[in-house]
Amino acid sequence: MNLTAWVLLAALAAPAAYAVEYRTVLPKQSSIHFEFRQMGVPVKGGFKRFTTEMTFDPARPEAARAQIEIDLASIDAGSTEADEESAGKLWFNRSAYPKATFVSSQVRALGNNRYEMRGTLTLKGRSREMTVPVTYIPGKNAAIFDGSFILKRLDFGIGEGLWADVATVANEVRVTFRIAATGI
Amino acid sequence: MSAANRYSTPAVVLHWLMALLIFAAFPLGLYMADLPLSPDKLKLYSYHKWIGVTVFLLVAVRLGWRLTHTPPPLPDGTPVWQRRVSATVHGLLYLLMIAIPLSGWLMSSAKGFQTVWFGVLPLPDLLEKDRELGDLLAGVHKALNFTLLALVILHVAAAFKHHFIERQPFLQRMGWGRKERT
Repeated sequence: MNLTAWVLLAALAAPAAYAVEYRTVLPKQSSIHFEFRQMGVPVKGGFKRFTTEMTFDPARPEAARAQIEIDLASIDAGSTEADEESAGKLWFNRSAYPKATFVSSQVRALGNNRYEMRGTLTLKGRSREMTVPVTYIPGKNAAIFDGSFILKRLDFGIGEGLWADVATVANEVRVTFRIAATGI
Repeated sequence: MSAANRYSTPAVVLHWLMALLIFAAFPLGLYMADLPLSPDKLKLYSYHKWIGVTVFLLVAVRLGWRLTHTPPPLPDGTPVWQRRVSATVHGLLYLLMIAIPLSGWLMSSAKGFQTVWFGVLPLPDLLEKDRELGDLLAGVHKALNFTLLALVILHVAAAFKHHFIERQPFLQRMGWGRKERT
């Protein structure tokens, strides 16, 4: 068998074996949502535009990495009024800090397709180390990476001044993400 | 004034309690809607909703009481047209006391904000989030409220007319006076 045939065979066999490395993110199947409490009332929101660069090989999880960049202008903060308010200086100060980024530094396997990803979240010019749990769900066409964590908005100065009152808008914000990726 | 000429005590208590709540919620709603977004605005919205849910629950109790207890008759000699107007206005007032909190609840659901009574008891969301529908329902809520305002003015004006102009002991019907007084 010549070399071309070997390469072709290897390429065909790759998805079947678990040697696939996921690196192409499917934006339409990926999402970032958040939920917080306002006067005891759960309010849901999310970001419509974000880019993800990642590599993940189930055989070598410790080599995985991820970098997410969120366009803060794509926010759904629950209402038109809140969308507009969130751009202001007391919230995201979007004209100065239009993006939020997360850059992974370390991935640890916890077993049962569960992982712990450490990384740095930068929001409004402030960087904080975060540990994010991620569940890997293998799929036929794409793998899903699901996770959820609590972010304290005041750690990043999100909602300063009169908005710092956590009795009205809670400090804890639950962020839920789903990243779909293929190995193609 | 005989016992038959006064509403029963629970009916009187419910009438005034609801009047008080509605007289608080109405200007509050009008005031808060135009405020710029702030924690105070969020608080006022919550208080307004809590009052609304309370009114909604009280009107159910009140309607139950009203349907099982006969109100005192109108004074002898009240013209037929006045009896008809009175019955219609009272019917509409009941209808609005149900429809207004309900429209507020629906509006809140459509706008994506669940109503949580006193920040403790969550009410189920009756509609899926839909910003356009939310804005439409806000208009409905407002229109119903101004209809209520017009009817309340009519209601109070009629009571005053019977009491002060026709000099009938009319306000006592909804008063605290002792039953045995004549």
